[in-house]
Parts: sequence; structure tokens; C-alpha cells
Amino acid sequence: MLRDITLGQYYPADSVIHKLDPRVKLFATLIYIISLFCFKGIAALLAATAFLFAVIKTSKVPFKFMVKGLKAIMVLMLITALFNLFLTPGEPIVQLWIFKITAEGAQNAVLMAIRLTYLILGTSIMTLTTTPNQLTDGLEKSLMPLSKIGIPVHAIAMMMSIALRFIPILIEETDKIMKAQMARGADFESGNLIHKVKNMVPLLVPLFVSAFRRADDLAMAMEARCYNGGEGRTKMKPLKYVALDHKAYAIIFAYFIVILLCRTFLPWPM
Amino acid sequence: MSLILDKINYVYSEGTAYQIQALKDVNLEIRDGQFIGVIGHTGSGKSTLIQHLNGLVKATSGTIYFNGQDIYDEDFDLRELRNRVGLVFQYPEHQLFETTIFDDVSFGPKNQGLSKEEAGLRAFEALRSVGLPEELYYQSPFDLSGGQKRRVAIAGVLAMKPEVLILDEPTAGLDPAGRDEILDLVARMHKEKGITVILVSHSMEDVAKYVERIIVMNHGQVMFDNTPCEVFKHYKELEQIGLAAPQVTYLMHELKEKGLNVNTEATTVAEARESLLEVLLGREPNHRGSNLEEENLC
Amino acid sequence: MGIIKAKQLVHEYIRRDEEGNVESIQTALDHIDLDVQPGQFIAILGHNGSGKSTLAKHINALLAPTEGSLWVDGKDVTQEENILPVRKTAGMVFQNPDNQIIASVVEEDVGFGPENIGVPTDEIWQRVEESLKSVGMLQYRHHSPNKLSGGQKQRVAIAGVMAMEPKCIVLDEPTAMLDPNGRKEVLHAAHELNQKKGVTILLITHYMEEVVDADYVYVMDKGHVVMQGTPREIFSQVGTLKEHGLDVPQITLLADLLRQSGLDIPLGVLTREELVDAIMKIAG
Repeated sequence: MLRDITLGQYYPADSVIHKLDPRVKLFATLIYIISLFCFKGIAALLAATAFLFAVIKTSKVPFKFMVKGLKAIMVLMLITALFNLFLTPGEPIVQLWIFKITAEGAQNAVLMAIRLTYLILGTSIMTLTTTPNQLTDGLEKSLMPLSKIGIPVHAIAMMMSIALRFIPILIEETDKIMKAQMARGADFESGNLIHKVKNMVPLLVPLFVSAFRRADDLAMAMEARCYNGGEGRTKMKPLKYVALDHKAYAIIFAYFIVILLCRTFLPWPM
Repeated sequence: MSLILDKINYVYSEGTAYQIQALKDVNLEIRDGQFIGVIGHTGSGKSTLIQHLNGLVKATSGTIYFNGQDIYDEDFDLRELRNRVGLVFQYPEHQLFETTIFDDVSFGPKNQGLSKEEAGLRAFEALRSVGLPEELYYQSPFDLSGGQKRRVAIAGVLAMKPEVLILDEPTAGLDPAGRDEILDLVARMHKEKGITVILVSHSMEDVAKYVERIIVMNHGQVMFDNTPCEVFKHYKELEQIGLAAPQVTYLMHELKEKGLNVNTEATTVAEARESLLEVLLGREPNHRGSNLEEENLC
Repeated sequence: MGIIKAKQLVHEYIRRDEEGNVESIQTALDHIDLDVQPGQFIAILGHNGSGKSTLAKHINALLAPTEGSLWVDGKDVTQEENILPVRKTAGMVFQNPDNQIIASVVEEDVGFGPENIGVPTDEIWQRVEESLKSVGMLQYRHHSPNKLSGGQKQRVAIAGVMAMEPKCIVLDEPTAMLDPNGRKEVLHAAHELNQKKGVTILLITHYMEEVVDADYVYVMDKGHVVMQGTPREIFSQVGTLKEHGLDVPQITLLADLLRQSGLDIPLGVLTREELVDAIMKIAG
């Protein structure tokens, strides 16, 4: 169901990962994603796997909870894997009519599926252990230099954090409107593509109306609580690096070096 | 026409940390033409229960029979069930989407496969029955007041001519006038068209005034299922689960304790008045002549 | 002068077409006079569309008067430089619990207001803790608002306002979307703040049961204040209340009906105990 998407859903727990500075987590996620797309060889794959599962274990977020986020992108993953499987040129090992599967294709498909899975799991750890507010605080502070060239970093960060807070609410609302229209005989499943798109109108219009209404209400509530843009604001949870964060930086660098070393010296067999 | 629920269980998010058993061994029979109130506090399973009745939510285990047919059978037509069991969600005005009120109300009948004329006729009839002024029919539903929007949304379900009408807290967020309008409308539908009505509410006082049978839900189970006065006899147990019996029920019980021989089964203001006048002034009870609200005597 | 004082306050919603010509004018507030003393618990009653929410939004400077004047804690709300101080003095809680919680963790949401007015970090923590405690929500500080009940969400919203240390809180139909338990929770919290912290409370509602314990009640209809007085004075006029689209609690209604049938029952019965006593007196 729609509500199973876990992205943007903070999972409260008392773990080292939860306590890390969001900037560390953002940076680590970025490095991890880069490592996923540049690793070579089984050794690097094992390193990436070990690192991921070690972090998941440390985060104290139940694994089942993370896997639920994966279901939502299953389709995307299948398509990517299929593309890789059939469209990679090379020596065919299986030939079916015009489709041929090459050894390289099979390998790419598997690798791509692993990469995407790890990517989602990796980013899920970040979103599950960091409150959206911390996350945007982290982004805001990391990107603050950009405000000097006229980019409204604070406003963007605020928008993001609000968007994140309302995603679960809107998902629930979608579920409800869908059911309400189904009770009036609406059909969201059958028909061709044009039909399907047309059938979405009874869902999308109320959803937009509701989103606008909420935005309106929220803007007023924020104003009522003296929100006046970023100027003169203090922070309840100002970002300050502590020893733990420095250690985490060291670990992620070490991990990245391992990946790079594997790439250079143990690129076998991929 | 009847709906029978046989040992219905429903579990949310099975196999996760958030697993919740929303319904536990629910057995019910909804007979033709009844006016039923479903009461329970938030999270008691009442909303989940009613979504089972038109097949929007499928039970984890158990069976629902509609006119003797198992609705979970492969060849059972769920759309046909939804045509006959109308469900009005909480805050139904949030589902309005068409450019005109008239089109919005026609949406249901059109989905039933009716021709444009027939659907229009149904919409017209439904809008008239909810008492919306005719000059508004071709305006945008988004310009209406809250109470009007809700009536339009209810018309949207009525236009499908359901045999069973289920309303999930239809008065939530309305002011007293709006609330009375909606409840009177529902009561009229029941009386004039003989529709079976299931009213979900957490206001005991509203429910006591209209329904003939109350189902009290608690922790996903049916706690009581009886006539209002029988159910309100358990007012102490009701209070324990966060539901209060109508104020007059308390009053009558307190008076009885003080030695006054009043009717403790009174659940509405009208019944209480009747009984008190009888006791205090020795007046004969007068069931018919009362020009107050409709009564539900046991 | 009272903490909130309105003099001949008028507000008109003006609808314009694309060229900027006036299409329609709707008078939401029509020459309202109001005088609220510090520490009072005031209730404003009215059906939907009576203008009560419009009035509330003026007190927080979210809307500006079309005519007349309004002072909050001696500050004229029409002065641009007073807007932020007024919002700090008079906090506001809205109807929809979901649409006023900004953060995804309870304590961060309560900290949002103090952050906006530049309270130093250490003090924010103090205030957050204290305000959550004052509404009985401290144990939920690390929770996500999405997992709370409606009543709990509203209490978080109240805490969020309390953390700004206002002198007055305006609650705009805070219970309209709640179930009976949630309603009780929110009302209890409001009364606690009023009694223990001396915060002036303005409760806007259409539930009559909620105003029984108020110090003073204003009834609004069509933008006018049509009735005002103590709850007892208001509830003794059952007929007038009904004319203004309002209800009376079952007990008050029953007492009124019995009195009309010739029984010797006092006007404006508010509680069950009072009615029991009155009836027992008649029974001898």
C-alpha cells in the first residue's frame, strides 16, 4: 500500500548513528553513493556490503522496516535490471528470438540491482535516523556559503523540512481519497493509459485542493508563531561537531580508501 | 437484503513493529431497514469495520456474506456491492473534484454505467433530497460553505441509490445547526426510503436520539450490540472505555439513587422530561402527543 | 486597560475580479467592542461563519482591521512595528492539529516559536521542557506528531505557543476535529494554564459544554456580539441561543423544558448536580 513508503519517516531510537551530526550523515551518504558507482571487484562489493550492514546494525532500526522502502521502487529496479540484461552488447549466452542475454548483461543487471538496493538502503538509514529538521539544518549549514551568491538557502531548507513532514500525511490522504472515490464506483486500475490518466482526476484534484489548504493553514500557523524568515533566528539544536563526528568522518574516509584500493588492486572479477 | 460478518479479523501492517489488530473476531448481522449507530473512541476499529462492509478493506480472516453470497468469492462483483452499500467517509467534502456540483454528484451514477440523462436525473433527485438550493447546482462545489459541501458530498453517494448507507462521523467539525441538518437528513432517508443506515459517531447524545440499535466497539471487538437503552444501562463500563452515556442517563440514575422513582432507561431529553413530569406532577405519560423529537422507547 | 481591547472593530472581506473592481463585500466583523482583563478565561461562541475566527485572527495580527481599533496588551495592532510583539503576547492555536505542527519531532516543534524570536539555545531547551510539562506531554518529546492522537497534537500545539511565553492564548476551535477524550484533554490543558500560569485564555468554540467553566462568554452572530455575560446568564436564555444557531447542553435544555412545564427550577442550570438538587427540592 501507499503508506508503506518509509522515505522521510524518522524512526526514533537511541543509537550512535542517530546522535551523529547530520552533516556527517549527509557527507557519508554522498560518499557511499559515489563508492557504489565506482567500485570494482568482488572485494569492494563485500566491503560495501559489510559497511552497509554494520551501519544498519548500529542504527538499531529494524531491518524489516528498511526493506519496506525497497518495495516501492521494485518496479524501477526491475526495469533497470531488464534494460541491462537485454541491451548490453557482447557475446550472447542465451538467445531468445530478438532478445539476447550476454554474460556482461547478466553481470550488469545483477550489479545494477545491488547498487540500487544499497543506494536506497543507504539513504534510508540517513532519513530514518535523522529527523527531517536535522537533515535540513545540516543541508542549510553545509550550503550556507551559497547564500552569499543570492541563493535563498534558508528558505529552501525550510521548504524541504516542511515537505518532508507532510509527505506521510499526504500519502495517507491519497489513500483515503482513493477509497472514498472507489466507494463512488471510481476505477483506478482498468482501462488503457489515457483512460487511467483520466481516471486519476477524481484523485488528483481533491489532493491538490487539500495540499493548498494545508499550505495556507501552515503558513498562517508559522506566521502566528513569529516566523519571519531566517533572520534573527536562533537554533534549538545548533550543529556542533563533537569527537564522535570526527571519528565518523575518519571511518567513512577509511571506507572510501578501501573501495578505491580495491578498485586499483583487486578489480577482479568485474 | 442483509450483511453478515462472520469472525472478521483485520491486522494492519502485519509482520512489522507497527502491527495492530484492528478487528478481532467480529460477528455481526446487519438486517434490512435498520438504523444502527456504531460507537467507539478513536482507534477502536469502527472506521476499519465499516470499510469492510463494502469491500474496500479485505479482512485478514473471516467471511462477509451479502445476501448469502461470500463477498470474497472469486466471481463476486465487488463493484455491485459498492453500488448497493454506499459509504460516506469522514470529511466527505474533501473528495469533491468536479467543476460543478451537479457533475460531482453525477460521478457515482455515471460509474454505475447509467446514461448521461439517467445519471443527471439521479443527481438532481439526490441534490433535492439534501435540500441544496437549485440555483447552486451549476456552481463550483469549492465555493460552498462547509455544511453545504458536506451535503453535496452525501448527495454524491445518495445518487447511487444505495440500499445501505454508511456514514463515518458525518457531523465532525460542523456547528450545531449543521449537525442537526445532516442528522435530520439521514433520519429522513431512513424513514422515507427505507434505507438501512449505519451511523458512526462518538457522540452518544446524537446517536441516542436517532438509532434503534447501537454497536459499541472497543479494541477492535464488539463490546455491546443492543438497543440504546440496554446499552446505556452499562454507562459505567462505557465510561471506563472513554465513552460517556448521554447526560440525562447520568441524571436519571442519580435521581433514582436518591430515591426518586424515575425511568433510568431514558436516553433523550424528551424521555427524561416525560418521566420527570410523570413522577413530579403525577402527569400521565403521553407518548403520541409529544411534539418534541422522535422518541426511542424501549 | 484590559489585555485585549477592541473598539468598534470592523473587518470586511473584499472580493475583487481580475481588473481589481470590487465584486462583493462581506462584513465579517461589524463594530465589535471587547474588553478582556488579564487572567480571565473567556469563551467566544458562535456558529460557523459568525465571525468568531475572523476576530481571533485579529488578536494575533494575522488580519488587520478595516475600521476601528484593537489593542493587545496596550499595543495597537495596526502599527507595523507592533506586529511581532503582538504575536509574542497573544499566541494562537488553530483548528486542524495537523496543519499547525511544523516539525517532525514534538520537541523540535515546540522549539520553533522560541527559535523565531531569537531565544538563546539553552533557554529554548528550558522553555520546551517546561511547556511540554505544563500540557502533560513531556514523555512524548521525542515522538513524531503523526503518531499522536488529535488531542495530543493539540496539546503539543499549545505547548508550542506556551514556549513563547505569551500573556494570552487564543484557541480557535481547537476541539472541532477531536473526539470526546481529545476535547477533554485540550480543555483541561487550557484551564490548567489559566489557573496555574495566569495566562489569559480566549476559547473560540461552538460546543456549549466547553464554556460552562469560563469566566465570561461572548456570543457572536453575523459579525455582531449578540449576547454576553457569565455562562449562567447566557444559558438562562435557551431560546435566544437557539435563534443564533447554537445548542444548549442536554441538562440545561431539560431544566428549561421542565421549567416551562411549570416546575420550579431556576434559570440557567449548568450542571447535573444543580438539576438533581433542584428536582429533589421539588420532590421534597
